[in-house]
Amino acid sequence: MEIPFTVSERPDTGLTNPKFGIWLFLASEVMLFGSLFSSYIILRTGSLDWPVQSDELNITIGAVNTAILIASSLTMVLSWTALKEKQFKRFKLFIGLTILFAVLFLVLKIWLEYIPKIHHGHILSTNTFFAMYYLMTGLHALHILGGVVVMIFFWGPGSKMWQTNPDQFVNRIEVVGLYWHFVDLVWIFLFPTLYLL
Amino acid sequence: MDIPFSNTLLIMNNLEKPSSTNHNNRYIIIGVSLLILTILTVWTSYFTATVGVSIAIALAIATLKGSLVASFFMHLITEKKLILVILFFTVIFLFALIFLPFSDTMNNVGIPNDY
Repeated sequence: MEIPFTVSERPDTGLTNPKFGIWLFLASEVMLFGSLFSSYIILRTGSLDWPVQSDELNITIGAVNTAILIASSLTMVLSWTALKEKQFKRFKLFIGLTILFAVLFLVLKIWLEYIPKIHHGHILSTNTFFAMYYLMTGLHALHILGGVVVMIFFWGPGSKMWQTNPDQFVNRIEVVGLYWHFVDLVWIFLFPTLYLL
Repeated sequence: MDIPFSNTLLIMNNLEKPSSTNHNNRYIIIGVSLLILTILTVWTSYFTATVGVSIAIALAIATLKGSLVASFFMHLITEKKLILVILFFTVIFLFALIFLPFSDTMNNVGIPNDY
């Protein structure tokens, strides 16, 4: 069965189904991460012994990772405009760069942050701050990982759709892009909340 | 100066759908702005006097950065009304989720909790 309105807009919503669907999904994601931010505020304001976060975490790595995610958002949107311009090779280049940035983010996060901290005995059960730190950044990292898997698919085998149904392929990349920018947006708030305040 | 209606429409149309090069340049400018704001966030965190001021400045810059991403990278400035309505209600519920418990815990700052 073919999914309707993947390219043309639905008359009642004025949107294609994938775009409507991704925005509803992102709305639910806002509430998911919002609940974690809410929990963080409650736990921090209720705690008498909250560590100085900037002493516990490496601000430089956090800032570099922020820059990497911003750069990945830029390459993601440039990959979409490349498709709109019907420049398939440029699309491949930019989405490839996005994947590289995303993998670099995860490598820095795991090898330069998680592993050294675990070696120093800073784990989930160390204190409430580290519990929230691992929970919030871990959930975010899982979102990055999910995005990488999807982008690798569209960089590789999924890109064959460009030959058969280019309009639908452009829409798919737009939807992936919306998800990816949201992941970037979450980190924009996570970074100052966990590393700087 | 009176601008003919057709010209106005043309200008509006160009604003919404600029050439590809304009599009790309705009995205690059937004990306660079986000990087500069990130540096600003880190820099101000070293120089602000109180925790309250630090939080206010950091969240203000984060909100500005988030707005840039949502408006331009996610194209919310040219998006359909239905999506804006969905996001409006999402933001309302998000604020309720964050600030309703927050308003309660602010009454108990410094009072030990079980957690």
